[in-house]
Amino acid sequence: MIIVQNLSKFFQQTAAVKNVSFEVEQGETLVLLGTSGSGKTTTLRMINRLIEPSSGEVFINGQNALALPAEVLRRSIGYVLQNNGLFPHYTVAENISIVPKLLGWEKNTIEARVRELLVELHLDPKDYSNRYPRELSGGQQQRVGLARALAANPPILLMDEPFGALDPVTRSSIRMEFLRLDELKRKTIVMVTHDIEEACALGDKICLMDGGSIKQIGTPAELLFNPEGDFSRDFFGSDRAVLEMKSLRITNIWPYLESAEPDLLKSSGQADKDETLWMVLQRLSAGGPQRLLVRKDNESKTISLEIIFRSLKQLKGILA
Amino acid sequence: MNEQQSLWQFLLLHWDKILDQTITHIGLTFISLLLAVIIGTPIAILIARKRNLAAAVLGIAAIMQTIPSVALLGFMIPLFGIGTVPAIVVLFFYALLPIIRNTFTGITGIDEAIRDAAKGMGMTDKQILFKVEIPLAMPVILAGIRTATVINVGVATLAAYIAGGGLGEFIFGGIALNNTNMILAGAIPAALLAITFDFLLGKIQKQKPEGTGKAMLVLPIAVLLLSGFYIIPSAGTNLLAGFEPEFMGRSDGYLGLKSRYNLNISSVVISDAVMYEALYENKLDVIGGYSTDGRLKAYDLVTLRDDKTIFPPYFAAPLVRTDLLKKYPELEATLNLIAGKITDSAMTDLNYQTDILKRTPELVAREFLKAKGLYKRPQNGNKATIRIGCKIFGEQYILTEIYRMLIEGNTAFSVETKTGLGGTKICFDALTNNQIDLYPEYTGTGFLVILQPPTSVVDSIISDPDDVFRYVQTEFSSKYGLTWLKPMGFNNTYALMMRQQDASALQLKTITDLKNYIDKND
Repeated sequence: MIIVQNLSKFFQQTAAVKNVSFEVEQGETLVLLGTSGSGKTTTLRMINRLIEPSSGEVFINGQNALALPAEVLRRSIGYVLQNNGLFPHYTVAENISIVPKLLGWEKNTIEARVRELLVELHLDPKDYSNRYPRELSGGQQQRVGLARALAANPPILLMDEPFGALDPVTRSSIRMEFLRLDELKRKTIVMVTHDIEEACALGDKICLMDGGSIKQIGTPAELLFNPEGDFSRDFFGSDRAVLEMKSLRITNIWPYLESAEPDLLKSSGQADKDETLWMVLQRLSAGGPQRLLVRKDNESKTISLEIIFRSLKQLKGILA
Repeated sequence: MNEQQSLWQFLLLHWDKILDQTITHIGLTFISLLLAVIIGTPIAILIARKRNLAAAVLGIAAIMQTIPSVALLGFMIPLFGIGTVPAIVVLFFYALLPIIRNTFTGITGIDEAIRDAAKGMGMTDKQILFKVEIPLAMPVILAGIRTATVINVGVATLAAYIAGGGLGEFIFGGIALNNTNMILAGAIPAALLAITFDFLLGKIQKQKPEGTGKAMLVLPIAVLLLSGFYIIPSAGTNLLAGFEPEFMGRSDGYLGLKSRYNLNISSVVISDAVMYEALYENKLDVIGGYSTDGRLKAYDLVTLRDDKTIFPPYFAAPLVRTDLLKKYPELEATLNLIAGKITDSAMTDLNYQTDILKRTPELVAREFLKAKGLYKRPQNGNKATIRIGCKIFGEQYILTEIYRMLIEGNTAFSVETKTGLGGTKICFDALTNNQIDLYPEYTGTGFLVILQPPTSVVDSIISDPDDVFRYVQTEFSSKYGLTWLKPMGFNNTYALMMRQQDASALQLKTITDLKNYIDKND
């Protein structure tokens, strides 16, 4: 887990980051969200000390990050950049092997790990191992960039606008791929983005930043339904309705769902309890079934458009 | 066809010397290149890290590049003497800028995201430099090395000016001796070297970034091997002579010393611009210089008497296009005003004033004419423009100024001076091609360098100055349509010179004395 305490960074007299504190639990994803100049990237880069903090402290799994040699610290933290930062003179396999080599792994272990990661990221090792980055598409480069960050099994991953350089279509498909990746589910992740939708889709928690300080930290639903202050309220703006749908999952409105009638069990389509309301909405309005069946533990319930809107209204009442 | 055959013959005759000079040339080029890489690359890496130093360092390197190479060679004499060391130092300075600039540009041009990733993954500064920055900058660094190599092959010809050897010996000797074959025997190998190295380095440079690993391995080995080509010339006799390229190839120079005197002295080729100073500073013991040179006086040098008469008379006289004299007869009368008026000691003194006291040739010439009562204010006429040429050394500048003042003061002509036309060949070609109208020439030079008469003729008249003058006068008139006007009086002949104290200590008065001394002590 990561603990950031009263972190500040001054460039000459101007404060880029002011007194920022947060905690990221093991296996949790925290998204640093904000416009450019909000201090989110500076905050991220202070965690692996690409920028040395002016004051404050960072603890990683209980260890003071500022007390370790910077290189040693960085080798234990995966780092994914917006423009992937792949070495153009290294092959895909060589790029992925960089950190394991720095850590002095056995050659065979490294090779096996590279193969494993390539398979996991849907890049055929036979075909891609010996290619150079310029021979890959943008999405493939980004996947290799992620594989490189994961190579040495770091418990922590820092991602700086990891999908920022991709076109919108590639971007959402790669994002889905990342979400499904088992390795990522176990990692403690801090990710920087300025994309609200991305933050809501990927973040367990969102840390909304502006002018170098934190405006609000909470789950996507908390930020959407219960914004603290004008900045948080205005930040989501006109996209709010869609974002609400995207940030809430079926489990979030479980109490509002109706019990399934026995005759519905066979005829109706099914939805997963972790699907977002947005996904359900799209399936229900595409001329498909009127209702979908959802199972949670040993209970079966149904969800429909009517139920979704009713539960949203009630949910807002509670949170407000 | 005839020209080509004789070039071929020249190459066959001198192939051992050409090979020798080529090897020296390659050695000079690559030793200096190696030094520039060893010193330049770390400097470039340093300024890529500390960007605030970059402007200053690149500026200094650029200024080095703008200093004319001959001048830079001159600056090196007091510090490093003559020979290969100063030549290598100069070449090193020339190679430095392309190497520093390209390495700097190559490293700073790397995408910041790549450096960021390297750092973020936990690479140390050293690992980033050697695994990321240098490999990625390699194509640009190689381009700099390529540029430096080609520059060095060219500039290395100038090493011949300061006894550094190389293909410049033939090139400058050939220019001085009006010998095209000799020029080509130096220029063609030099050009081939430049083309070959450029081609090979171009091949390496065009490797993809991922292939630079090989280049990084091959290049240092190649450079080291090529540097090793260089063999430092071993000293022979205990006295060392320095002769300029022209002297080396002339029968009234080094060749005559060998054949007539049997003088076997170790010698190096050196430019006359630095020769006297090198003698004065004990870098050389004997030089072949000019008897009216001002530095004789300045450096306390003495000439050894030419007891077997191999140095022909070199009386200076205006060499003019005959058609011009027919068109403007007053020109001849004007130029003859100075005939017989300048003695040997007077000329030495004039040279001393310009070369050593650093007074301008114009001032020195005017004072001299005033003292002789020959100076008149310019008439500023515009009847016609007379173009006066001169070779690239001090005495010729003074003579040119004297001619100019006489013409401007006594006629309605205006004068255009074309100073610094290299050696005899360039001046003479300019005259015959109607680029200039006259220049000061020496009878011996006209006789032996331009006319090149058969040995029988040379032997029969060389000891009589009047015979030589009459011979060149007749031959130039019929062959080239050029007229030798009356000589000005002094005889600027070749002479062997030594430091006064050495000559008196060893009791050397004549060239035969020198020969006997060397034979005895060898």
